[in-house]
Amino acid sequence: MGPRSKTAVRRTLRAFALELVIYAALVTGYFFAVLHLLGGWLVQLETQHIRVYAVVAILLIIGQAVVLEWVTTGLLRLLRGGRSE
Amino acid sequence: MFFPISHAYVNPIYLIVVGFVIGVLGGFFGVGGSFIAGPALRLAGIDWNFAVGTDLAHIVGKSVVAAKRHRALGNVDLRLGFIMALGTIGGAEVGAQLIQMLKRAGNVNLVVSVVSIVIYLGISGFMMWESWKTLALSKRQNSQRKSITRGGKSDESAFQHVTKAIQRWRIPPMISLPQSGITISLWVILLVAFVGGLCSGFLGGGAGYIRMPSMVYILGIPTHLAVGTDLFEIVISASYGTFSHAIKGNVDILIALVMHTGAAIGAQLGAISTQYFAGPKIRLAFVPLPLIGAAIVIYTMFTGHKL
Repeated sequence: MGPRSKTAVRRTLRAFALELVIYAALVTGYFFAVLHLLGGWLVQLETQHIRVYAVVAILLIIGQAVVLEWVTTGLLRLLRGGRSE
Repeated sequence: MFFPISHAYVNPIYLIVVGFVIGVLGGFFGVGGSFIAGPALRLAGIDWNFAVGTDLAHIVGKSVVAAKRHRALGNVDLRLGFIMALGTIGGAEVGAQLIQMLKRAGNVNLVVSVVSIVIYLGISGFMMWESWKTLALSKRQNSQRKSITRGGKSDESAFQHVTKAIQRWRIPPMISLPQSGITISLWVILLVAFVGGLCSGFLGGGAGYIRMPSMVYILGIPTHLAVGTDLFEIVISASYGTFSHAIKGNVDILIALVMHTGAAIGAQLGAISTQYFAGPKIRLAFVPLPLIGAAIVIYTMFTGHKL
């Protein structure tokens, strides 16, 4: 690994550590806000409309994936001064 | 924290850490990590049926993130991914039917345990042999001449002569995959995907541990493209699996959502890391993963304990 690659790895890891701290705060807020709001509705859906629950489950996990990817990419860009990679 | 769908008390920090570890593995190797996620959920006291179904739902989210990242890096062959998804879904259905047959015969645990140990040990052994041989070959060639590299990441294989022989089979229709740089029979792609799906339906999870090496060694896809395309294909096949398990009451989406928060960040780190390693080194680092799965199954078989 050349010196340029080593610098890139070091920069990635530093940004990643900072991202972890910010991410931890976001995730804590997420638990209290989203899971508590969605929990009751999802349990009801699972017991009464299982097919709708199956579709909602897939949409929720994909939706969360896209939003979190957007958040983490934005954080990386912010922490590296305008560069996402 | 109480999860009312699966009626389980699980520490969310534990779920995030498990998700993170599996996210790194998935982003780096292109595997779902089911051979670690399933036992990890079971360890937390979640019933096996929920462990399998919830893991599949979590795999969908994790693979979406990792596949998107790999697509941005140019590591996804969309055409190959869609074709493989068809074969995988077919194979998964056959695998699930085989499980039902074994259930009726009353020997499902023994047969699945033995098959999984054989498959995990076989994959690890083969990949270790091939990667060492390829790395040794590259070192010898480097001392004689500069090796041909692809985008700075060399991706040679000691198994290339077999791959070339398979690519020469002219069974129509032939499919051209310009991004992967190969032309190959549709039936070979479907067969590889079907076997991956069969393992997925029979042993659970996304079966990336068999599909990713098969894509490299049988289809001849460059390792970086195989990792990205496998993740893309897992999004489709795992979504199908999640729906199927959810309507059987085996998915606690709240657990999957919590696990995925850790996986989202882990997957990014894993995908970024692939840029700094050559193909044979990625394959060599993959070797211990199926061994972990084999060790867990052997432990369960001989002690009779669930993890």
